[in-house]
Amino acid sequence: MIAQAVFAAFAGILVVSSLLVVLHKNPVTSALFLVSAFCSLAAIYLTLRAEFLGMVQVIVYAGAIMVLFLFVIMYLNLKTDLESGAQIAVRRGIGWIAGGVLVAEAAAFLSRRWTLGPAAAPEPMAAAGNTQAVGQVLYTRYLFPFEITSMLLLVAMVGAIVISKSRGAEPKATFERGRPAAPAAEPGASAPAAAAGRDPESNA
Amino acid sequence: MKALFDNPDFQLVFWALVKIAIILNGLLGLVSYMILAERKIAGRMQGRPGPNRVGPAGLLQPLADVIKLFFKEEFIPAEANRVVFHIAPMLAVIPALVTFSVIPIGPNFTVTDINVGLLLFLAMSSIGVYAVTLGGWSSNNKYALLGGLRSSAQMISYELAMGLSTIGVLLLTGSLSLVQIVKAQAAIPFFVFQPLAFLIFMITALAETNRAPFDLPEAEAELVAGFHTEYSSMKFGLFFLGEFTNVITICAVATTLFLGGWNGPWLPDSLKFVWFFLKLAALVFVFMWLRWTFPRFRYDQLMDLGWKVLLPLSLANVMVTGAAVYWIHNR
Repeated sequence: MIAQAVFAAFAGILVVSSLLVVLHKNPVTSALFLVSAFCSLAAIYLTLRAEFLGMVQVIVYAGAIMVLFLFVIMYLNLKTDLESGAQIAVRRGIGWIAGGVLVAEAAAFLSRRWTLGPAAAPEPMAAAGNTQAVGQVLYTRYLFPFEITSMLLLVAMVGAIVISKSRGAEPKATFERGRPAAPAAEPGASAPAAAAGRDPESNA
Repeated sequence: MKALFDNPDFQLVFWALVKIAIILNGLLGLVSYMILAERKIAGRMQGRPGPNRVGPAGLLQPLADVIKLFFKEEFIPAEANRVVFHIAPMLAVIPALVTFSVIPIGPNFTVTDINVGLLLFLAMSSIGVYAVTLGGWSSNNKYALLGGLRSSAQMISYELAMGLSTIGVLLLTGSLSLVQIVKAQAAIPFFVFQPLAFLIFMITALAETNRAPFDLPEAEAELVAGFHTEYSSMKFGLFFLGEFTNVITICAVATTLFLGGWNGPWLPDSLKFVWFFLKLAALVFVFMWLRWTFPRFRYDQLMDLGWKVLLPLSLANVMVTGAAVYWIHNR
């Protein structure tokens, strides 16, 4: 009974905050409701005895990704919609189509009682917990997709470094000894230097 | 009534609530006296007596401070985002308190022993970023916003090294449960096998709690008071409480992971918690010692230390520990 009450409570929070993510006007508030949605989702994972997944959900999504999102939203200080009416209309149309497809998919799945897709995973050992189970499956059965994913992340990381390096041609100059450093302002500040053709790649 | 008491669900909830009440009150009491201790130690280090007027030797000072905070005028800036402005101080305190629910204080005293206790600690420390970021943003003040942005960058950067430094302990124990980790240290505490990880953990802990020499988010000389510039009365008090609770929590985690938790010689099982608190007090004293000894880092030095020194070192530590554990298991 307690388990059902806990599930009902967190599912309620999840649904309400997910709706508010989409419906709220202020982008920062939307982002905060998304954090709340992630946290209640983590709580639901916990009630399903998937404690590793629940904690990782909080660490990765609520703790890392959403903080960066919030960072960007605050930095841009989005207050009003700057786009023209036509752009919004197109985006609304795409949204309706995507939403319709999702609802149709959900209806199809629910009408078949979830018989599609892979068979149910075997129950993990109670003593070891599912952290060990996840680790074992990840490094044996799903090793190849796992390594491919890490390669993808590595490539993305290298790409990000290359982009920020070539744009910030003279970042060292702003960090000279004795001069105060400007926090988080290097990319914009050094863009003119790169545009003037002083970056190392154009010299080479 | 008796039927209700015999219900296992009821018993579980009842004892959990009792333990939570003990931890909550004990921790908050500890925090208020830690603030007094910090002021006293700061005084000694600067050659002055510190607070000594309220009560015998200044022992009632925390009470006076709290009463003063409660009766201060509460001021909210006109352009502030009021809801977020109210939520941010709460977020400063809650994660620090939640982490304490998985820390084993004595052989038979843990609020709950979950098998992802270490992950819960990491999750809560990553949630802690929101308090500072949102507090800084919602006040609609440039100094507060700069403090908040600095802090989120700092905490995200140091979180990585902190998480990686705990992996060595994890490899040695083979469990994420903090109770199991303490039990594995019955003979030798882990800082003997993991000296580098212990050092990295303590440095990142300083950065995560925004304490000197990593207190850039509230650098007085350049940012007035940083992210809590616009906060007054008990909301400022909550930020203050959150910072000090965080210090105690993170020192408790360090005690659990590296110093053997409640393990110690001589005392019987029922008194082993004394060891836990002694180690905790020693670590908290080191925090205060560092605060009044080192000057503040510059922002680029801070980022250099986090990304170019601590992160590679903690990765190397994971590799060496992993290889050693593998070698010992397959010998």
